Amino acid sequence: MIRRLQVMLMKELLELRRDRWAMFRLIVPLLIQVIVFGYAATFTVNNVSLSLLDLDRSQGSRELVSHFVASGRFDVVDRATSQHAVEADIDAGRAVVGVIIHAGFARALDSGKTAPLQVLVDGTNSNTALIALGYVNQIVAGFQSHAAQSAWPAGAGAAVPGLTVSMSERPWYNQDLADRWFFIPGVIGTLAFMQVVSLTAFAVVREREVGTLEQIMVSPIRPYEFILGKTVPFFLIGLVDVALVTTLGVLWFGVPFVGSIWVLLLGASLFLIAALGMGLLLSTLSRTQQQAFALNFFFVNPFMTLSGFAFPISAMPAVLQWFTRINPLRYFLVVIRAVLLKGVGPEVLWPSMLALAALGVVLLTLSVLRFNKSLD
Amino acid sequence: MMDIAVQATGLTKRFGSFVAVDNLDLSIAKGEVVGFIGPNGAGKSTTIRMLCGLLKPSAGRAEVAGFDVARDPEAVRAHIGYMSQKFSLYGDLSVRENLLFFGGLYQVPRGEIEARMHMAIGMAGLEGREDVLVQTLAGGWKQRLALGCAILHRPPVLFLDEPTSGVEPEARRKFWELIHQLASQSVTILVSTHYMEEAEYCNRIALINAGQLVAIGSPGELRRHALGGTLYELSCEALGAAVTALGQMPEVIDAAIFSDKLHVLMRGSVEALQPWLATRGVTAGQPVPIAPSLEDVFVQLVSRSSVAGQT
Ligand SMILES: Nc1ncnc2c1ncn2[C@@H]1O[C@H](COP(=O)(O)OP(=O)(O)OP(=O)(O)O)[C@@H](O)[C@H]1O
Ligand SMILES: [Mg+2]
Repeated sequence: MIRRLQVMLMKELLELRRDRWAMFRLIVPLLIQVIVFGYAATFTVNNVSLSLLDLDRSQGSRELVSHFVASGRFDVVDRATSQHAVEADIDAGRAVVGVIIHAGFARALDSGKTAPLQVLVDGTNSNTALIALGYVNQIVAGFQSHAAQSAWPAGAGAAVPGLTVSMSERPWYNQDLADRWFFIPGVIGTLAFMQVVSLTAFAVVREREVGTLEQIMVSPIRPYEFILGKTVPFFLIGLVDVALVTTLGVLWFGVPFVGSIWVLLLGASLFLIAALGMGLLLSTLSRTQQQAFALNFFFVNPFMTLSGFAFPISAMPAVLQWFTRINPLRYFLVVIRAVLLKGVGPEVLWPSMLALAALGVVLLTLSVLRFNKSLD
Repeated sequence: MMDIAVQATGLTKRFGSFVAVDNLDLSIAKGEVVGFIGPNGAGKSTTIRMLCGLLKPSAGRAEVAGFDVARDPEAVRAHIGYMSQKFSLYGDLSVRENLLFFGGLYQVPRGEIEARMHMAIGMAGLEGREDVLVQTLAGGWKQRLALGCAILHRPPVLFLDEPTSGVEPEARRKFWELIHQLASQSVTILVSTHYMEEAEYCNRIALINAGQLVAIGSPGELRRHALGGTLYELSCEALGAAVTALGQMPEVIDAAIFSDKLHVLMRGSVEALQPWLATRGVTAGQPVPIAPSLEDVFVQLVSRSSVAGQT
């Protein structure tokens, strides 16, 4: 068994090395896509329309308002007079962001308590909304440090006044919107998924088409040996993909990497096994590379669309939401976002990890079974 | 029992409602070279693929090298060599790398692999070109190398599916020398082909049409007996009219135009032939008995079996 697996792996590596363009094809499009996606996602947005409501009418609240105005990022389209008016502004599309300073804001600040600030965001364009929220956070942070240095009468030993920004969205979706770096981790998962699924499907179908598959199958090799020999190289390529794109995201775009690299590795491994299983399954459904291409297009696109990569799952119709449950990409996006941005570990992520592992087992088993039959 | 290398009984393959191989019986003795001949789509590849354990028979059974192909395909695979109809080595690997790969798949003992590769390279005539990529080799060399890869593990039974298709005549002749060399080492070989002259090189020929075995025998036997009559060559003027006239004569099994002459297959006496034509206004020369070529035999048998199949 070891011997047959050895020669399979040796053959795959030799073929990969012979293919002078392989490295180029594997890496360059990937890098270009991350950079394009990365810039598209973090493109600066100016003049975000803002609806402001100041219910406190204190010196402190006016100070905050002037920070918003002075930032140049926002265009104050409405000085609203009621919370209802702010909501109406957003629902009608007149404003993307609404900021409500509740009564008692200054008093809370002065007494060193945390002062509430309510922010409403139009979630329909999650990208703009993310960027706008980033600006809100910047301005609030600027206001806070300003407040800490200046002359608010703080009692001896009183804590530096804090601000809690309570965020809410209209329409109520996209829970993770709060994070500006939501998008790039999604790109990492999506690109790795596309590449691994299509590479695997094509590699097997090519052997079928050329006729070498039949020649291999007539040898005493076991289907699982063939499948291992075929998938191990792509598993490694997938890991390199994830590592490369993550590095680029962190170094180039400054995406935070808060969590553990080992948790990411575990999640990525489970995810890649599921992706390989999907690629193999597609390969058993196609006789020619053309069919594989069509199938790949047919399957990979919906998997991307229904992964929560760009469109929030909670906003989808129930049927589609159900479908996302069998989508490995969906679970991996949860894992990679959580690991990079929130730094949480397996204690929180285990349901997604478990789902990935289960999908991997099911997909691989199905493809091994289909593989046996597809020789007929 | 030990002398039978391949034994198929009632072997059948259906694809949906289409019957690709129909109740085929075939028995091949150890060391025999059997040619598998038939028109396109006759079911040659399908039969061979069932015998290799690549396809499950829909009905019937087959034993290869003493193992049942349906029940014990793994054992069958360890004892056969197979060259599929498509060329199937890795073009982007070198001669040596291909041999190492297939040697490894068949778990040729490590101590012997070098010697066997050396032998295969010699057989293919590729000495000194071990590191050349296979895709750069010409057809004949590729086919001989593929044969070399298929016999690295010394299988007692070989299935070759049109190994010489698209290869120039000189290379085909060399390939058949290799086949006979292997047969002399008592390897059993079933080889399908489209080339009539290759049929002559076989110990026996199995003729298959529309999934059915039409005839089986040595080239000599088929030429002598398969037609059920004697073949005559006849020169005459109005060829078309002659064919029509002969079609009505009870003793004539078949009459066909062969370039500027007629080939007439007759049972019984040939005496009445000239007068029969003369009364119908066709002057003909003296009929000369000729030995039918295998091609004559195949054309006859295939058209007869097709007619029978339609009724
Ligand atoms: N997997 C399949 N599904 C459906 N039909 C098939 C399949 N494989 C073969 N056939 C059909 O079975 C018939 C026999 O095919 P086969 O390949 O055995 O013929 P062959 O004698 O090898 O022909 P050729 O000389 O062209 O190679 C053909 O009509 C073919 O279309
Ligand atoms: Mg064929």
